[in-house]
Amino acid sequence: MSQRIVITGMGWITPLGHDLETVWSALLASKSGVGKTTRFDASTFPTSFSAEVRDYDYTDYVSKPELHEGAGPNVRYALGAASQAWKMAGLDGYDALDSARLGIYLGSGEGSPDFFNFVDANLAGWDAEARETDGAKWAAKANECLTAMAEIEQEPNMPLTHLAMEFGAEGPAYNCLTACAASTQAIGEASQILRCGDADVMITGGTHTMIHPLGVTGFNRLTALSNRNDTPTTASRPFSADREGFVMGEGAGILILETLEHAQARGATPIVEIAGYGSTADAYRITDIHPEGRGGAQAMRQALEMAHVQTSDIDYISAHGTGTKENDSIETKAIKAVFCPDGDVSKAPPVSSVKSMLGHLIAAAGVTESIVCALAIRDGKLPPTINYQTPDPALDLDYVPNEARDAEVNTCLSNSFGFGGQNDTLVIKRI
Amino acid sequence: MKRDVYITGVGPVSGLGLGIDELWPKLLAGESAIAPIRAFDASNFGSSLAAEVAEDFKIRNFVPKTYRKATKVMARDIELAVAAADLAAKDAGLSTATDADAEPCYDPARIGCHIGAGLIAADTTELTAALIKSQREDGSFDIGNWGSEGMTHLTPLWLLKYLPNMLACHVTIVHDLQGPSNTITCAEASGGLSMGESLRVIQRGQADACFCGGAESNLNPVSFLREVFTKRLVADSDNPGSAVRPFDSQAAGTVVGEGGGILILESAKTYEKRGKGSAYAKVLGFGASQSLNPKTRSLQPAESGRGPMLAINAALRDAGLSADAIDAVLPFGCGHPEWDAAEAAALKQVFGDRLSSIPVVSTKAALGNCSAGAGALDLTIAAKALREQQLPKIINRDSPIDGLGATDPDKLDHILVFTTGFGGQNTAAILEKA
Repeated sequence: MSQRIVITGMGWITPLGHDLETVWSALLASKSGVGKTTRFDASTFPTSFSAEVRDYDYTDYVSKPELHEGAGPNVRYALGAASQAWKMAGLDGYDALDSARLGIYLGSGEGSPDFFNFVDANLAGWDAEARETDGAKWAAKANECLTAMAEIEQEPNMPLTHLAMEFGAEGPAYNCLTACAASTQAIGEASQILRCGDADVMITGGTHTMIHPLGVTGFNRLTALSNRNDTPTTASRPFSADREGFVMGEGAGILILETLEHAQARGATPIVEIAGYGSTADAYRITDIHPEGRGGAQAMRQALEMAHVQTSDIDYISAHGTGTKENDSIETKAIKAVFCPDGDVSKAPPVSSVKSMLGHLIAAAGVTESIVCALAIRDGKLPPTINYQTPDPALDLDYVPNEARDAEVNTCLSNSFGFGGQNDTLVIKRI
Repeated sequence: MKRDVYITGVGPVSGLGLGIDELWPKLLAGESAIAPIRAFDASNFGSSLAAEVAEDFKIRNFVPKTYRKATKVMARDIELAVAAADLAAKDAGLSTATDADAEPCYDPARIGCHIGAGLIAADTTELTAALIKSQREDGSFDIGNWGSEGMTHLTPLWLLKYLPNMLACHVTIVHDLQGPSNTITCAEASGGLSMGESLRVIQRGQADACFCGGAESNLNPVSFLREVFTKRLVADSDNPGSAVRPFDSQAAGTVVGEGGGILILESAKTYEKRGKGSAYAKVLGFGASQSLNPKTRSLQPAESGRGPMLAINAALRDAGLSADAIDAVLPFGCGHPEWDAAEAAALKQVFGDRLSSIPVVSTKAALGNCSAGAGALDLTIAAKALREQQLPKIINRDSPIDGLGATDPDKLDHILVFTTGFGGQNTAAILEKA
């Protein structure tokens, strides 16, 4: 069981750019990708801003555009991110790969609803007297205004199916959807598939957008989003005392994983190692995180144990750090429970949240943060938590406020926590 | 060394009953749950048959009193999974946090939960009751009004009713399962993939037991239309019970089923320690694959059956068995001729001429296609078949295609269960008599 799993390719499509180095430079320069929502008219919504992917055309990236025509934004982001990762891993044109041993494990979100047509069907299907939907009336309109393509492309396995077609993957194929923890979980499970020998190469990561009227509605009703509509770029304030909700982002991140042995045998350059993975459930409440961060702390401990590293070996924690009151205070508690049980916060490594700049990519958040860890190790730089102006007395870790920092970085930990109490942690290490 | 893993409890939920004791005799008798849809007026969809869970199903009967309030935020899919989990735990004699009178059998941190789910549609009545408040005078929808006021007519927790991971989340909360937990969303392959993940988690020692499986209900206008859009559904007929004809020359499509199942998987070692009779079956092997079929954007398996064949062969390798050891097969077998032909082609490659003597039993003629629940439901049935040493009756196959006519196995030591999902994901598992 001593197989070492390495990343050999990475790519992302994010609100701060569409390639590895552009986004990384922007993160190190403390740039915000947040602005007014343009995808639909959100001007009257409690939250009228988000971090959108801009000026992106997936056809720049794919070799078989006819297979992807009409696909939703989540699929399009995944294709761009995956094609970058595929090239970086040296797999473009490499034909010695057994397609049945090339697997995919994504943590992708569902596609975007065909909103206005869907609303039309719902309004036409309303039986005002009975105050309920009349199925026959609904179908009469829906058959006219909804299309098979737009509905089918919303299925959460569609990014997976499109990537399989683009890269000819016939090996184990999964999509998990554990809310905001999904793509971290996908990376962890993909590494396990490689460890037990069920595949030679795994494409993993995730893609998601909930920047559509029903997505924003859902989170606004939960009062989970920031509504600083006048100051979008400073709205995402993880760990600040005045944080008041997360900012919706969108995009994709994809990694190519393989065993170190396999990478070396084919002459690929391993970037970093996925050394540890922990996965737990809070089993507490669907609406709240366990108040002591029980599940989160346990996921971190499991990941450290699997990686055979001590807490003192961790140089950087990429936090889930959403910027909600609850997440940031409980995540801080959980980190302290693991790293400084005696209360000595100097024992905890620097912690930052790139969600302060990218917004929250929901299912795709975790993978972008894994990429951040890999680049932090490569360059010896920690990305900041921007918009950190008002320290919260209860949150007393080093959050790398506002400016990137040089540091020796060999081993990182990346946390992702999802609604419903899903906790996933990775340990990412220099090879 | 990999640890041995047993199926120790099963909780099917289906149109033919809740729990294995209700379902099994009906499967042996060759009953079908397929009938005209009750849940909504389906007269304008071009297809109006389904295998629905019985009308008297009440989620409150399957949760502890203290959890009844939480059932208000459960979409139907979630209710079915929570009920299945309750049935499976009881069937396994596994006490968990829900049991007031018994000590839990396991440390909560050592039990995991992997459940397959579909894309859950928001209830149209609930959503439209809010949407109509944002209509302009001419009846059109005003998104400005929706943003400022209309959306407030939705309950604050609205989103949480429809997140696919809520099946597993509610199950973990009810039973206090704090180990590894995941939600797989790969259409019909979801249940099998979830079982596979539980298997691996126990094999590598990250948990001693897992709840796994899947559930889905597409019996609402939005989800049902999406099923219609997959172009797999059979036209209406006067004889619903014989409408779905897997591997029959007259096969013309499938129907939507409602349900799924949860299995309790336990490591042999810890199961023997808690010692509650004999397990259903041992999970001997698991495999997964992807079908590529550019003609259909890989939504369905290619004619060659290569995708499912790869998954089946991977499962055989994992089990350390040759195809000769398989005594019966539970395929997806949805009753759509192209899907059935692809699966038959896969089986032909795996079994060669011996295929004509192996019973290939599809449950879809009786239970419809339960989507994310389909593979899980089949696994519960295969486990029961191994325990009872008997197979469900094959129905609606008067003229079998590809020689798939065997009904009686020589022996029943190993059953292959496989699923080919919409979108191309395939899974296969090999179960062994315990």
